[in-house]
Amino acid sequence: MIGASKIKQYSNVLEKPLSKGKQEVSLSAFAFLFSELVQYNQTQVDNIAELERRLEDAGYAVGARCLELLCHREKCVMFMPFWLSQGNRRETRLLGILSFVHSTVWKVLFGKVADSLEKGTEHEDEYMISEKELLVNRFISIPKDMGTFNCGAFVAGIVRGVLDSAGFPAVVTAHFVPMEGQQRPRTTILIKFAEEVLRREARLG
Amino acid sequence: MAPAGPRSGDAIFASVERVNAELFTLTYGAIVRQLLTDLEEVDEVNKQLDQMGYNIGIRLVDEFLAKSNVSRCVDFKETAEVIAKVGFKMFLGVGASVTNWDAEGTCCSIVLEDNPLVDFVELPDTCQGLYYCNVLSGVIRGALEMVSVPSCASLSLVFSSSS
Repeated sequence: MIGASKIKQYSNVLEKPLSKGKQEVSLSAFAFLFSELVQYNQTQVDNIAELERRLEDAGYAVGARCLELLCHREKCVMFMPFWLSQGNRRETRLLGILSFVHSTVWKVLFGKVADSLEKGTEHEDEYMISEKELLVNRFISIPKDMGTFNCGAFVAGIVRGVLDSAGFPAVVTAHFVPMEGQQRPRTTILIKFAEEVLRREARLG
Repeated sequence: MAPAGPRSGDAIFASVERVNAELFTLTYGAIVRQLLTDLEEVDEVNKQLDQMGYNIGIRLVDEFLAKSNVSRCVDFKETAEVIAKVGFKMFLGVGASVTNWDAEGTCCSIVLEDNPLVDFVELPDTCQGLYYCNVLSGVIRGALEMVSVPSCASLSLVFSSSS
Protein backbone atom coordinates (compact mmCIF):
# COMPACT_ATOMS: atom_id res chain seq x y z
CA MET A 1 0.00 0.00 0.00
CA ILE A 2 1.63 3.19 -1.08
CA GLY A 3 1.62 5.70 1.72
CA ALA A 4 1.56 3.14 4.48
CA SER A 5 5.08 1.88 3.97
CA LYS A 6 7.53 3.01 6.59
CA ILE A 7 10.57 1.98 4.59
CA LYS A 8 10.60 5.05 2.36
CA GLN A 9 14.01 6.45 1.84
CA TYR A 10 12.80 9.96 1.23
CA SER A 11 10.32 11.49 3.60
CA ASN A 12 8.91 13.67 0.89
CA VAL A 13 8.41 12.99 -2.80
CA LEU A 14 9.79 16.46 -3.58
CA GLU A 15 13.16 15.51 -2.12
CA LYS A 16 13.58 12.60 -4.49
CA PRO A 17 15.95 13.50 -7.32
CA LEU A 18 14.24 14.16 -10.63
CA SER A 19 14.66 11.36 -13.12
CA LYS A 20 16.02 11.98 -16.60
CA GLY A 21 12.68 11.21 -18.16
CA LYS A 22 13.96 8.48 -20.39
CA GLN A 23 11.91 5.67 -18.90
CA GLU A 24 9.37 4.13 -21.21
CA VAL A 25 6.35 1.89 -21.04
CA SER A 26 4.79 -0.07 -23.85
CA LEU A 27 2.35 1.72 -26.15
CA SER A 28 -0.28 -0.90 -25.44
CA ALA A 29 -0.11 -0.23 -21.70
CA PHE A 30 -0.84 3.42 -22.38
CA ALA A 31 -3.52 2.60 -24.94
CA PHE A 32 -5.32 0.28 -22.51
CA LEU A 33 -5.15 2.88 -19.77
CA PHE A 34 -6.45 5.62 -22.04
CA SER A 35 -9.30 3.45 -23.23
CA GLU A 36 -10.32 2.86 -19.62
CA LEU A 37 -10.23 6.61 -19.01
CA VAL A 38 -12.58 7.19 -21.94
CA GLN A 39 -14.86 4.30 -21.03
CA TYR A 40 -15.12 5.41 -17.41
CA ASN A 41 -16.00 8.94 -18.47
CA GLN A 42 -18.62 7.66 -20.88
CA THR A 43 -20.48 6.18 -17.93
CA GLN A 44 -20.43 9.48 -16.09
CA VAL A 45 -21.91 11.74 -18.75
CA ASP A 46 -25.10 12.16 -20.78
CA ASN A 47 -23.77 13.86 -23.86
CA ILE A 48 -20.74 14.28 -26.08
CA ALA A 49 -19.91 17.83 -25.01
CA GLU A 50 -19.71 16.76 -21.39
CA LEU A 51 -17.46 13.81 -22.32
CA GLU A 52 -15.12 16.11 -24.23
CA ARG A 53 -15.03 18.50 -21.29
CA ARG A 54 -14.10 15.73 -18.86
CA LEU A 55 -11.35 14.44 -21.12
CA GLU A 56 -10.05 17.96 -21.50
CA ASP A 57 -10.02 18.43 -17.74
CA ALA A 58 -8.04 15.24 -17.34
CA GLY A 59 -5.61 16.47 -19.98
CA TYR A 60 -5.36 19.88 -18.30
CA ALA A 61 -3.94 18.29 -15.18
CA VAL A 62 -1.39 16.40 -17.27
CA GLY A 63 -0.39 19.53 -19.18
CA ALA A 64 0.15 21.68 -16.12
CA ARG A 65 2.41 19.07 -14.55
CA CYS A 66 4.19 18.43 -17.80
CA LEU A 67 5.19 22.08 -18.09
CA GLU A 68 6.61 22.12 -14.57
CA LEU A 69 8.48 18.92 -15.20
CA LEU A 70 9.99 20.07 -18.48
CA CYS A 71 11.00 23.40 -17.05
CA HIS A 72 12.69 21.91 -14.03
CA ARG A 73 14.39 19.32 -16.12
CA GLU A 74 15.81 21.81 -18.60
CA LYS A 75 17.01 24.06 -15.79
CA CYS A 76 14.48 26.65 -16.81
CA VAL A 77 14.29 29.61 -14.48
CA MET A 78 10.52 29.71 -14.56
CA PHE A 79 10.19 30.99 -11.05
CA MET A 80 13.20 33.34 -10.87
CA PRO A 81 12.41 35.93 -13.50
CA PHE A 82 15.49 38.09 -13.00
CA TRP A 83 18.03 35.38 -13.65
CA LEU A 84 19.13 33.87 -16.89
CA SER A 85 20.45 30.35 -17.14
CA GLN A 86 22.19 28.31 -19.77
CA GLY A 87 19.03 26.31 -20.13
CA ASN A 88 15.73 27.40 -21.54
CA ARG A 89 14.42 30.77 -20.68
CA ARG A 90 10.87 31.31 -19.69
CA GLU A 91 8.72 31.80 -22.75
CA THR A 92 7.03 35.17 -22.78
CA ARG A 93 6.17 35.48 -26.46
CA LEU A 94 3.33 33.81 -28.27
CA LEU A 95 5.39 32.18 -30.97
CA GLY A 96 7.87 31.07 -28.37
CA ILE A 97 5.35 29.20 -26.30
CA LEU A 98 3.66 27.79 -29.40
CA SER A 99 6.87 26.38 -30.73
CA PHE A 100 7.65 25.05 -27.24
CA VAL A 101 4.36 23.14 -27.32
CA HIS A 102 4.75 22.08 -30.93
CA SER A 103 8.30 20.80 -30.52
CA THR A 104 9.42 20.19 -26.96
CA VAL A 105 6.17 19.11 -25.35
CA TRP A 106 5.15 16.96 -28.29
CA LYS A 107 8.61 15.38 -28.47
CA VAL A 108 8.60 14.48 -24.80
CA LEU A 109 5.04 13.17 -24.64
CA PHE A 110 4.60 11.60 -28.05
CA GLY A 111 8.14 10.94 -29.22
CA LYS A 112 8.04 13.26 -32.23
CA VAL A 113 7.40 16.92 -32.98
CA ALA A 114 3.91 17.79 -34.13
CA ASP A 115 3.30 17.63 -37.86
CA SER A 116 2.59 21.30 -38.34
CA LEU A 117 1.93 24.61 -36.63
CA GLU A 118 -0.16 27.13 -38.51
CA LYS A 119 -1.69 30.50 -37.89
CA GLY A 120 -5.40 30.73 -38.47
CA THR A 121 -6.36 32.77 -41.51
CA GLU A 122 -9.76 33.91 -40.34
CA HIS A 123 -8.95 35.16 -36.87
CA GLU A 124 -5.91 36.82 -35.37
CA ASP A 125 -6.06 34.83 -32.18
CA GLU A 126 -6.23 31.34 -33.65
CA TYR A 127 -3.42 28.90 -34.18
CA MET A 128 -3.52 25.26 -35.18
CA ILE A 129 -1.30 22.34 -34.39
CA SER A 130 -1.95 19.42 -36.69
CA GLU A 131 -1.12 15.79 -36.42
CA LYS A 132 -1.81 13.07 -38.94
CA GLU A 133 -2.69 10.56 -36.24
CA LEU A 134 -2.66 11.49 -32.58
CA LEU A 135 -1.08 8.88 -30.37
CA VAL A 136 -4.18 8.70 -28.22
CA ASN A 137 -6.41 8.07 -31.25
CA ARG A 138 -4.28 5.26 -32.67
CA PHE A 139 -6.52 2.46 -31.51
CA ILE A 140 -9.79 4.35 -31.30
CA SER A 141 -12.54 4.53 -33.86
CA ILE A 142 -15.50 6.79 -33.28
CA PRO A 143 -18.95 5.31 -33.92
CA LYS A 144 -21.13 7.29 -36.36
CA ASP A 145 -23.67 8.24 -33.74
CA MET A 146 -21.05 10.13 -31.75
CA GLY A 147 -20.71 12.69 -34.49
CA THR A 148 -17.69 14.90 -34.23
CA PHE A 149 -16.40 13.61 -30.92
CA ASN A 150 -12.62 13.37 -30.79
CA CYS A 151 -10.63 11.71 -28.04
CA GLY A 152 -7.96 14.21 -28.95
CA ALA A 153 -9.85 16.39 -26.48
CA PHE A 154 -7.44 14.87 -23.99
CA VAL A 155 -4.49 16.27 -25.93
CA ALA A 156 -6.31 19.59 -26.31
CA GLY A 157 -6.54 19.60 -22.53
CA ILE A 158 -2.82 18.94 -22.24
CA VAL A 159 -2.08 21.90 -24.52
CA ARG A 160 -4.48 24.10 -22.57
CA GLY A 161 -2.80 23.04 -19.33
CA VAL A 162 0.65 23.93 -20.64
CA LEU A 163 -0.47 27.28 -22.07
CA ASP A 164 -2.47 28.26 -19.02
CA SER A 165 0.34 27.46 -16.61
CA ALA A 166 2.77 29.39 -18.78
CA GLY A 167 0.58 32.48 -18.63
CA PHE A 168 -1.16 32.19 -22.00
CA PRO A 169 -4.82 31.43 -21.27
CA ALA A 170 -6.57 29.96 -24.28
CA VAL A 171 -9.49 27.85 -25.39
CA VAL A 172 -8.18 24.68 -27.00
CA THR A 173 -10.23 22.15 -28.91
CA ALA A 174 -9.53 19.12 -31.06
CA HIS A 175 -11.10 18.58 -34.47
CA PHE A 176 -11.04 15.98 -37.16
CA VAL A 177 -10.16 17.29 -40.58
CA PRO A 178 -10.84 14.84 -43.40
CA MET A 179 -7.95 14.56 -45.83
CA GLU A 180 -8.09 13.85 -49.52
CA GLY A 181 -7.15 10.32 -50.36
CA GLN A 182 -6.70 9.22 -46.77
CA GLN A 183 -8.92 6.93 -44.84
CA ARG A 184 -8.36 8.40 -41.41
CA PRO A 185 -8.87 12.13 -40.95
CA ARG A 186 -6.13 14.38 -39.67
CA THR A 187 -6.52 15.87 -36.20
CA THR A 188 -6.15 19.59 -35.65
CA ILE A 189 -5.74 21.15 -32.23
CA LEU A 190 -7.27 24.61 -32.47
CA ILE A 191 -5.89 27.16 -30.02
CA LYS A 192 -7.80 30.38 -29.49
CA PHE A 193 -5.91 32.75 -27.23
CA ALA A 194 -7.63 35.03 -24.75
CA GLU A 195 -7.85 38.79 -25.36
CA GLU A 196 -5.27 39.59 -22.70
CA VAL A 197 -2.65 37.45 -24.41
CA LEU A 198 -3.02 39.29 -27.69
CA ARG A 199 -3.00 42.68 -25.97
CA ARG A 200 0.16 41.76 -24.12
CA GLU A 201 1.75 40.46 -27.29
CA ALA A 202 0.93 43.69 -29.11
CA ARG A 203 2.39 45.71 -26.24
CA LEU A 204 5.60 43.72 -26.33
CA GLY A 205 5.96 44.63 -29.97
CA MET B 1 18.31 -19.96 -20.58
CA ALA B 2 14.91 -20.65 -22.09
CA PRO B 3 14.60 -22.82 -25.19
CA ALA B 4 13.61 -21.08 -28.41
CA GLY B 5 9.94 -20.34 -27.89
CA PRO B 6 9.19 -18.17 -24.92
CA ARG B 7 10.86 -14.76 -25.30
CA SER B 8 12.36 -12.84 -22.45
CA GLY B 9 10.63 -9.76 -21.13
CA ASP B 10 13.52 -7.56 -22.19
CA ALA B 11 13.46 -8.81 -25.77
CA ILE B 12 9.73 -8.24 -26.11
CA PHE B 13 9.91 -4.80 -24.53
CA ALA B 14 12.64 -3.83 -26.96
CA SER B 15 10.52 -4.94 -29.89
CA VAL B 16 7.21 -3.25 -29.04
CA GLU B 17 6.37 0.37 -29.62
CA ARG B 18 6.97 2.44 -26.53
CA VAL B 19 5.83 5.76 -25.15
CA ASN B 20 7.26 8.09 -22.56
CA ALA B 21 6.55 6.73 -19.11
CA GLU B 22 5.71 10.19 -17.83
CA LEU B 23 2.72 10.50 -20.14
CA PHE B 24 1.57 7.19 -18.72
CA THR B 25 2.22 8.26 -15.14
CA LEU B 26 0.46 11.60 -15.50
CA THR B 27 -2.52 10.05 -17.30
CA TYR B 28 -2.91 7.51 -14.51
CA GLY B 29 -2.72 10.30 -11.97
CA ALA B 30 -5.45 12.15 -13.83
CA ILE B 31 -7.63 9.02 -13.73
CA VAL B 32 -7.17 8.55 -9.99
CA ARG B 33 -7.89 12.22 -9.39
CA GLN B 34 -11.09 12.02 -11.42
CA LEU B 35 -12.20 8.95 -9.49
CA LEU B 36 -11.49 10.60 -6.16
CA THR B 37 -13.48 13.66 -7.19
CA ASP B 38 -16.41 11.62 -8.47
CA LEU B 39 -16.58 8.86 -5.91
CA GLU B 40 -15.08 10.54 -2.85
CA GLU B 41 -14.97 7.29 -0.85
CA VAL B 42 -11.54 5.69 -0.89
CA ASP B 43 -13.05 2.19 -0.88
CA GLU B 44 -15.17 3.00 -3.91
CA VAL B 45 -12.14 4.30 -5.73
CA ASN B 46 -10.22 1.13 -4.88
CA LYS B 47 -13.05 -0.96 -6.28
CA GLN B 48 -13.31 1.14 -9.43
CA LEU B 49 -9.56 0.95 -10.02
CA ASP B 50 -9.70 -2.79 -9.61
CA GLN B 51 -12.59 -3.00 -12.07
CA MET B 52 -10.72 -0.87 -14.60
CA GLY B 53 -7.73 -3.09 -14.17
CA TYR B 54 -9.90 -6.14 -14.68
CA ASN B 55 -11.25 -4.72 -17.96
CA ILE B 56 -7.71 -4.08 -19.08
CA GLY B 57 -6.48 -7.47 -17.96
CA ILE B 58 -9.00 -9.51 -19.90
CA ARG B 59 -7.78 -7.92 -23.13
CA LEU B 60 -4.17 -7.51 -22.17
CA VAL B 61 -3.72 -11.22 -21.68
CA ASP B 62 -4.33 -11.82 -25.40
CA GLU B 63 -1.53 -9.51 -26.33
CA PHE B 64 0.65 -11.01 -23.66
CA LEU B 65 0.16 -14.54 -24.92
CA ALA B 66 0.60 -13.52 -28.54
CA LYS B 67 3.82 -11.62 -28.01
CA SER B 68 5.52 -13.67 -25.35
CA ASN B 69 5.04 -17.17 -26.70
CA VAL B 70 5.04 -18.69 -23.24
CA SER B 71 3.99 -22.26 -22.94
CA ARG B 72 1.33 -23.37 -20.53
CA CYS B 73 2.46 -22.86 -16.94
CA VAL B 74 2.67 -26.00 -14.86
CA ASP B 75 1.73 -24.54 -11.51
CA PHE B 76 0.96 -21.29 -9.80
CA LYS B 77 4.59 -20.73 -8.86
CA GLU B 78 5.55 -20.70 -12.52
CA THR B 79 2.59 -18.47 -13.34
CA ALA B 80 3.69 -15.91 -10.78
CA GLU B 81 7.25 -15.98 -12.08
CA VAL B 82 6.08 -15.44 -15.65
CA ILE B 83 3.86 -12.53 -14.61
CA ALA B 84 6.67 -10.92 -12.70
CA LYS B 85 9.50 -11.49 -15.13
CA VAL B 86 7.80 -11.31 -18.51
CA GLY B 87 4.47 -9.59 -18.01
CA PHE B 88 5.54 -6.56 -16.04
CA LYS B 89 8.65 -6.17 -18.12
CA MET B 90 6.93 -6.18 -21.48
CA PHE B 91 4.21 -3.71 -20.54
CA LEU B 92 5.72 -1.46 -17.92
CA GLY B 93 9.37 -1.92 -18.74
CA VAL B 94 10.22 -2.77 -15.16
CA GLY B 95 11.18 -6.07 -13.63
CA ALA B 96 9.46 -7.54 -10.65
CA SER B 97 10.30 -10.32 -8.25
CA VAL B 98 8.18 -12.88 -6.48
CA THR B 99 8.53 -13.30 -2.72
CA ASN B 100 6.61 -14.27 0.36
CA TRP B 101 5.29 -17.61 -0.69
CA ASP B 102 2.93 -19.16 1.81
CA ALA B 103 3.09 -22.78 2.94
CA GLU B 104 0.66 -24.16 0.37
CA GLY B 105 2.12 -22.17 -2.50
CA THR B 106 -1.16 -20.44 -3.24
CA CYS B 107 -0.30 -16.93 -2.16
CA CYS B 108 2.65 -14.71 -2.95
CA SER B 109 3.81 -11.14 -3.22
CA ILE B 110 5.07 -9.57 -6.40
CA VAL B 111 7.45 -6.75 -5.62
CA LEU B 112 8.07 -3.96 -8.12
CA GLU B 113 11.35 -2.19 -7.69
CA ASP B 114 10.48 0.80 -9.76
CA ASN B 115 6.83 1.45 -10.41
CA PRO B 116 6.16 3.96 -13.21
CA LEU B 117 2.63 4.52 -11.92
CA VAL B 118 3.78 6.18 -8.73
CA ASP B 119 6.41 8.60 -9.97
CA PHE B 120 5.88 12.03 -8.43
CA VAL B 121 3.01 10.73 -6.31
CA GLU B 122 2.49 11.41 -2.64
CA LEU B 123 -0.75 10.50 -0.94
CA PRO B 124 -2.28 13.13 1.31
CA ASP B 125 -3.55 12.18 4.75
CA THR B 126 -7.12 12.20 3.53
CA CYS B 127 -6.36 9.36 1.16
CA GLN B 128 -4.68 6.87 3.43
CA GLY B 129 -6.17 3.51 2.63
CA LEU B 130 -6.19 4.26 -1.08
CA TYR B 131 -4.55 1.45 -3.02
CA TYR B 132 -3.10 3.79 -5.59
CA CYS B 133 -1.90 0.98 -7.86
CA ASN B 134 -4.97 -1.15 -7.49
CA VAL B 135 -5.37 -1.14 -11.26
CA LEU B 136 -2.42 -3.52 -11.41
CA SER B 137 -4.07 -6.09 -9.20
CA GLY B 138 -7.17 -5.84 -11.36
CA VAL B 139 -5.09 -6.42 -14.47
CA ILE B 140 -3.56 -9.56 -13.03
CA ARG B 141 -6.90 -10.83 -11.78
CA GLY B 142 -8.50 -10.28 -15.19
CA ALA B 143 -5.63 -11.83 -17.06
CA LEU B 144 -5.54 -14.91 -14.85
CA GLU B 145 -9.27 -15.37 -15.09
CA MET B 146 -9.07 -15.41 -18.86
CA VAL B 147 -6.55 -18.22 -18.80
CA SER B 148 -8.63 -20.18 -16.35
CA VAL B 149 -6.50 -19.77 -13.29
CA PRO B 150 -9.00 -19.37 -10.49
CA SER B 151 -7.60 -16.54 -8.45
CA CYS B 152 -8.85 -15.30 -5.15
CA ALA B 153 -11.33 -12.45 -5.34
CA SER B 154 -9.27 -10.02 -3.34
CA LEU B 155 -5.89 -9.99 -4.90
CA SER B 156 -3.98 -7.23 -3.24
CA LEU B 157 -0.45 -6.49 -4.30
CA VAL B 158 2.11 -4.83 -2.12
CA PHE B 159 4.47 -2.52 -3.91
CA SER B 160 7.59 -1.23 -2.36
CA SER B 161 9.72 1.16 -4.31
CA SER B 162 13.28 1.41 -3.21
CA SER B 163 14.59 4.75 -4.32
